[in-house]
Amino acid sequence: MANHKKTSDDNLKGTLYATFGIGIIIIVIWALCFNLFIDRF
Amino acid sequence: MTTAVTNKEIIKEKQLPKGKNLTTKDRLIKVDRKDAKLALAHMYVAFTALLVGGLAGLLQVFVRSGAFQLPFGIGYYQILTVHGVLLGLILTTYFIMGFQLAAVSRTAGALSNTQRKLGWIGFWLMTIGTVAAATMVLLNEASVLYTFYAPLQAHWIFYAGLALVVVGSWIEGLSQIMRYVQWRKENKGQTSPLLAFMAVVNNLMWFVASLGVAIEVLFQLLPWSLGLVERIDVLLSRTLFWYFGHALVYFWLLPAYMVWYVVIPKVIGGKLFSDALARLSFMLFLLFSIPVGVHHQLTEPGIDGFWKFLQVVLTFFVIVPSLMTAFSMFATFELRGRELGGKGVLGWFRQLPWKDSRFLVPFIGMVAFIPGGAGGIVNASYQMNQLIHNTIWVTGHFHLTIATAVVLTYFGAAFWLIPHLTGRTLTSRMNSLANTAGILWAVGMFIMSGAMHIAGLLGAPRRSEYSTYGGSEQAAEWISYQFAQAIGGTILFISILVIIGVVVNLLWFAPKGEEEFPVAEVAEGGGSTPAILENFKVWGVILVALILIAYTFPIFDILSNSPAGSTGFKLW
Amino acid sequence: MHIHKYEKWWLVFGTSTLIIFLIIIGVSAFHAGAHPNNSKWTIDYEKVDEIAPFDNPGVHKVEGKDWDYEVVLVASAFSYTPMEIEVPVGSKVRFVATTKDVIHGFEVAGTNINMMLEPGYVSELVTTVDKAGEFTIVCNEYCGIGHAMMYSTLKVVDADDNSSH
Repeated sequence: MANHKKTSDDNLKGTLYATFGIGIIIIVIWALCFNLFIDRF
Repeated sequence: MTTAVTNKEIIKEKQLPKGKNLTTKDRLIKVDRKDAKLALAHMYVAFTALLVGGLAGLLQVFVRSGAFQLPFGIGYYQILTVHGVLLGLILTTYFIMGFQLAAVSRTAGALSNTQRKLGWIGFWLMTIGTVAAATMVLLNEASVLYTFYAPLQAHWIFYAGLALVVVGSWIEGLSQIMRYVQWRKENKGQTSPLLAFMAVVNNLMWFVASLGVAIEVLFQLLPWSLGLVERIDVLLSRTLFWYFGHALVYFWLLPAYMVWYVVIPKVIGGKLFSDALARLSFMLFLLFSIPVGVHHQLTEPGIDGFWKFLQVVLTFFVIVPSLMTAFSMFATFELRGRELGGKGVLGWFRQLPWKDSRFLVPFIGMVAFIPGGAGGIVNASYQMNQLIHNTIWVTGHFHLTIATAVVLTYFGAAFWLIPHLTGRTLTSRMNSLANTAGILWAVGMFIMSGAMHIAGLLGAPRRSEYSTYGGSEQAAEWISYQFAQAIGGTILFISILVIIGVVVNLLWFAPKGEEEFPVAEVAEGGGSTPAILENFKVWGVILVALILIAYTFPIFDILSNSPAGSTGFKLW
Repeated sequence: MHIHKYEKWWLVFGTSTLIIFLIIIGVSAFHAGAHPNNSKWTIDYEKVDEIAPFDNPGVHKVEGKDWDYEVVLVASAFSYTPMEIEVPVGSKVRFVATTKDVIHGFEVAGTNINMMLEPGYVSELVTTVDKAGEFTIVCNEYCGIGHAMMYSTLKVVDADDNSSH
């Protein structure tokens, strides 16, 4: 770790998937609530 | 990170095995003994508040299940006030001040005698204030909940007590800032220790935010409850409260982020992902935590739709630094997991130290922050607020954010901070008890908060005693979820008891030894930190501008359009 | 300051999502008129009973307005007047409500009708009640010891059947 270089070459594929997964959870929850809002008077 | 302290620091690169004594080679940087005493004083109050406030919460879920009634004429709203004040205001403020003091002392160096004296003055002011406010609540003179909305009128001593808590916290914050300023003077041109910097940002945010509640208490609530003035401008008092109130939740959150950014990487044996990005996200919190309070007032009359929407937009801005934080956390985990041999896209995940409570308990908090944050975006979405406003969904929401993400991180930090301060160690037995508490919390909160979210969407109101609402079919549906809340709440209370047990052990019974105060270092090649990130003048000017943009017109409008004020009511 | 490529992707994705949310709610608010209660109507809360329309709470059919019915409701510790509201399904209704004492809530459970009632202010919301059924109106802002006893009922009934649903 000591010689670790912060470059764009770092393998952060898992992080990419995890964060986009969070994004999708947020979109789904928001969309469901928006749909409920539209559906109600 | 080059600091005065790290020069002296000789810390083994790899993670220290748990439960083993350190050799002299692994000498730890310790919080100064006198500072440790002050920090510990905060922990006593914080965890006492947890026990009593948690008990109040247990009684509430029992009452709402319909199967239990409070004895001795104790009121539901009285214990609800106890729960909110002790857990939302006292546990948090004390833990934050104790933790930040220890963090500053650890990374910027011991406080001077003057600085420490200020810390003690602040501590005692807060404690006098707490006792005063608590006495009024116990006498049933202040069952106004922790948001104390006028025109319900509590005893003036309740308001004065809370004001003392705020003033005390200002003095403590000042002493931490003074230590940071001293460090900057002694180390000109160098990047300051990250934890100390973060504590300073949180204190500055707190000063600016709590001005709102200070004005509300000093110029509105106190004169009015003392009978010096007859009437109060209700909408103005609420707007001042929420100017403070939303920043309050970030005041709770930022110390948890300090642990996530700086402590957790060290606990798992890794490095800080990026010093500059961590500082940038804190500065963004400083800017956007405050000019957003009106999103708590979206369904209120008297505030223009345009200005409500403007603050909704600013509220969405404050989500961005949390997105940055999420990336940093995963990246830290992935880099470390891969270093330990994790393969494939997600193989690194299994390499993390799942049995270490200093990691596991805060990690559970991080997971809870995902649905918590998503729900928060729904809450702030202008007209969608009508779906959930003042329903028990909101209670479910902040039990994921503050009452899971934030407090589990605090507890995870207490498991090393307290023994570090007392000169004891976290034994493996206590470590597994702490993990048990974290898992119990996750289970209990999943049930309780989940039931609250669903019942809230069905319309169940928050802050309400058990009621069948005249035999309404809808209310009958809510009550089944209230049973689930009672089950979840009971599990949570058991978890609190386990945590108190661990804390008591760490305070007085754990074996003597040395527990590390983990502070991660920046990875080499992590990039330098631009000096602009420490230029508080620039960020301060932007902050003031944003506040003026967001609040000048709404406040002017409230004042010029205001009806006659309200007299006080005591309806409990 | 170095930012990893994936972090840039994530921040672009996350921020765009937020902007899209804002555009959706912004258009639905400022173009389609879906605002929460933003009323600026003030009133002397101590004389609510003497001031129109609150001197006559209840359901009123109106002509020549953008809505078909006006529902006038008064909240006080710890009850609503009237205790029951009946409107035909599909009608456009303007809800007008205020409080005679402390802050109360006005939430028609299971609908988007949800607003704060604050002393000195009249809250209002216009909506088309397009679902028949019985909806419990609850006070959702703590107002004192009897807070949970405070309710009313909104009955949305079929237009031809005015007896009961």
